[in-house]
Amino acid sequence: MLPDVIVVGAGIVGAAVAEALAVAGCRVRVLESAWPGSGSTGAAMGHLLVLDDSEAQWRLTRLSRDLWDARADQWGAALEWESCGTVWVAADGEELELARRRGAWFAERGVASELLDQVALRAAEPNLAAGLAGGLRVPGDSVIYPPAAVRLLLEGAVRHGATIAAGTPVKRAGGGWVELTNGDRLPAGAVIIAAGLATPELLATPVEGLALIPKKGHLAITDRYPGWLRHQLVELSYLKSAHGSAPSSVAFNVQPRATGQILIGSSRQLDTLDPTVEPATLSRMLARAATYLPRLETLTILRTWVGFRPATPDNLPLIGPVPGQPRLWLATGHEGIGVATALGTAALIRASVLGEAPPLDPTPYAVDRVVGWMAHA
Amino acid sequence: MTELSADVVVVGAGPAGLAAAVAAAEAGAHVILTDEQPAPGGQIWRQPWDAQPPAPSRELWRRAEHRGVRLLPETAVFGVQEARCLRAASPGGAVTIRAGAIVLATGALERMLPFPGWTLPGVFAAGGIQALAKSGLEVAGKRIVVAGSGPLLLAVAAFLKRQGAVVLGIFEQAEAMAVARFAGSLLLHPGKLRQAAALLGELTGIPGHHSAWPVRAEGTGWLERLTVRVGDQEQSFELDFLACSFGLVPVTGLAELLGCRVESGAVVVDRQQRTTVPAVFAAGEATGIGGVDSAVIEGAIAGAAAAGSMDPAPSLDRRRNREQAFARRLALAFRLRPELKALCEADTIVCRCEDVRFGALIRYGDAREARLATRCGMGPCQGRMCGPALNFLRGWPLPRPALPLIPVTARALVTDATDRTASATFFRES
Ligand SMILES: Cc1cc2nc3c(=O)[nH]c(=O)nc-3n(C[C@H](O)[C@H](O)[C@H](O)COP(=O)(O)OP(=O)(O)OC[C@H]3O[C@@H](n4cnc5c(N)ncnc54)[C@H](O)[C@@H]3O)c2cc1C
Ligand SMILES: Cc1cc2nc3c(=O)[nH]c(=O)nc-3n(C[C@H](O)[C@H](O)[C@H](O)COP(=O)(O)OP(=O)(O)OC[C@H]3O[C@@H](n4cnc5c(N)ncnc54)[C@H](O)[C@@H]3O)c2cc1C
Repeated sequence: MLPDVIVVGAGIVGAAVAEALAVAGCRVRVLESAWPGSGSTGAAMGHLLVLDDSEAQWRLTRLSRDLWDARADQWGAALEWESCGTVWVAADGEELELARRRGAWFAERGVASELLDQVALRAAEPNLAAGLAGGLRVPGDSVIYPPAAVRLLLEGAVRHGATIAAGTPVKRAGGGWVELTNGDRLPAGAVIIAAGLATPELLATPVEGLALIPKKGHLAITDRYPGWLRHQLVELSYLKSAHGSAPSSVAFNVQPRATGQILIGSSRQLDTLDPTVEPATLSRMLARAATYLPRLETLTILRTWVGFRPATPDNLPLIGPVPGQPRLWLATGHEGIGVATALGTAALIRASVLGEAPPLDPTPYAVDRVVGWMAHA
Repeated sequence: MTELSADVVVVGAGPAGLAAAVAAAEAGAHVILTDEQPAPGGQIWRQPWDAQPPAPSRELWRRAEHRGVRLLPETAVFGVQEARCLRAASPGGAVTIRAGAIVLATGALERMLPFPGWTLPGVFAAGGIQALAKSGLEVAGKRIVVAGSGPLLLAVAAFLKRQGAVVLGIFEQAEAMAVARFAGSLLLHPGKLRQAAALLGELTGIPGHHSAWPVRAEGTGWLERLTVRVGDQEQSFELDFLACSFGLVPVTGLAELLGCRVESGAVVVDRQQRTTVPAVFAAGEATGIGGVDSAVIEGAIAGAAAAGSMDPAPSLDRRRNREQAFARRLALAFRLRPELKALCEADTIVCRCEDVRFGALIRYGDAREARLATRCGMGPCQGRMCGPALNFLRGWPLPRPALPLIPVTARALVTDATDRTASATFFRES
């Protein structure tokens, strides 16, 4: 018999998990403290991409990208889907060599990419600075609007009988039960906590070593400039910034939106919970973007905001059952790629909850690895 | 990168800001006065470039100049760099302005309420058409209806009539009784009573209605016909322009960025016009809608306090208290009636920047959720227009202000010279 399921949190991860289990036939209840998409997801860029940082990250991003592609066919414009591809921009010869190696690595694994020399790069993105060495175009990457994805996933879940309770904060949860802040205790065959950064504090029985690190990020959005930018552009040294332990870093990462607007990122800060935009960080981030796109300085900025990415010490998400607490799963810790990897995450959770064969080896994402994290801290 | 500094920086050169600048300068402070508009005067005293500003404005500006107040026109403060340090956009590029103390005199904006047809060209905000007429819009001979709420309607109607417009009628949503009671209370304010009497004299011959509001504007590509409800009757007009607004809303964005407490839409101040943030003062309509007299008094108190004077002069203090009582009566008399919420239909556009219709919003309980889902308020005006409307229609809080308060170039947001240098040398190094 299929278990009744409670999903805690309706960000992109909770929404994807809820949909997957509802479609599988489970009776699903989603409990969300505020409203769907109100957490990290509502602040995110929505870049769907494959990443080669580690084999485990590759497999999850690859699986998820394929799953998103299927959704694009199904939902298309409602997702604000843009099949713009990524260009990893190489500033110099050394970075171009990195690009070449990344391209070869992708090719071995059956993902198309194209190495761009200086001239081809400028032809692909005329607004890029002269003098950049080249880049790697990954045509299969794309961009969506995360709040739209949350809505579509939850609508799918509801069509399969799920209920969504917004404005319903969970106080704590354990194996097979959830307690609301109003004191109600709800039993369930399976509880999946996908509450983003709040996840550790919801565990009635703490998992030793479990910690999530909030990584603050700034974004700025421009007025509409249709055609100004064609690809999501990211600097090749991006992963250094994404996974580095520097307390504060900025990287060039810009995205064309379906509206013709340009979304400009990104920054990463480890040592702050301040929810306001910091002018100094914003300044560094925009200056960095303007090194690559000099004319960007003349574009009009309409708004800026920040969000917090739920990060783990080893840069991999936590997806799977909680050891020693039957009927309890976690799905969180996706840092800056939770949108990109939400569907793969949901497929892993579905397989684990229903005891089906997993779509890929779940071990690298398993919750039991957190025991080692105490040493990190 | 231009950097300026002063003992007291006053943001907004309307009546409150001018009075604050004068008071601070006369107390010995070095004062910078910024306004996004090309000339001082604010909403009420602003004039076409070829006209003399009204006497009180001239007088305040003469005193300000005499004391060496430095006016930065066309300089819009768009952000807060750090405590007591502002960033502003000016024709010559972005400037950083450091202040010993700040006086916020950012005034108010008009509230527009959506109703079918309100986005047709030819429909203007009441104060907006006044400003446009001052800068060249031809209103002479045009048939104009003035509608909405508040004393501003009378001022605008009189202005339009003076410019030669044919004002077909003034439609005030408040009840006749409420307005009469308010008018009666003007007996306590002889100056205002004189002004009101003069205004009403000017308006003789223009039909005025209470409990009346626009229900529908129609036309092909341009406003041609307006239907208004007066009591339980409907009337239709052929017309050229509609001048329409439903009261004023304090401009508090900069105050919020600075961290000042804002309650019921207005910046919270104490007897010295101090906000809840040290060395930040506020005066005029930003602290609540009270009219020009109150703005001047509050400005004078704020300017003196910002320059270090301890207590407001007792005479100013008394006058301000009287003005605040007036402001409370004003707010009560012109409270928006709940029927106005029904004007907006499902297919009425609420957010003009992003073409969002009311029907798309009703399923959301939370303003931010609606914003993310529908793009309502995400356009260039960042909800300055639809925010006050939705505040009334749905009870949603006004959108939280963010850097930049007005659209600016990315360059203006690069504040640290080393950031730019780093970017300039980046590729040469590598
Ligand atoms: C600036 C920035 C840019 C980004 N760009 C990208 C990108 O381009 N591509 C990409 O893939 N990712 C990107 N990300 C990362 C992405 O936002 C996150 O990885 C992802 O949103 C995480 O989703 P989530 O569902 O785990 O968390 P969340 O979206 O935070 O969802 C958690 C939900 O749980 C709810 N919740 C919390 N506590 C409780 C409780 N007690 N009871 C009930 N509910 C609760 C919250 O309200 C929230 O809705 C970016 C992030 C930032 C900050
Ligand atoms: C559209 C409109 C029309 C009006 N018309 C009349 C009328 O005809 N008769 C009448 O009696 N009353 C009128 N009023 C009311 C009158 O404006 C007020 O009673 C009085 O002017 C308030 O003075 P103030 O100094 O508080 O604000 P304001 O006069 O509004 O002055 C505020 C000033 O601050 C500036 N400002 C705001 N934000 C910034 C920023 N971030 N950076 C730089 N500058 C900034 C604005 O440009 C403006 O000049 C009108 C009000 C409005 C909103």
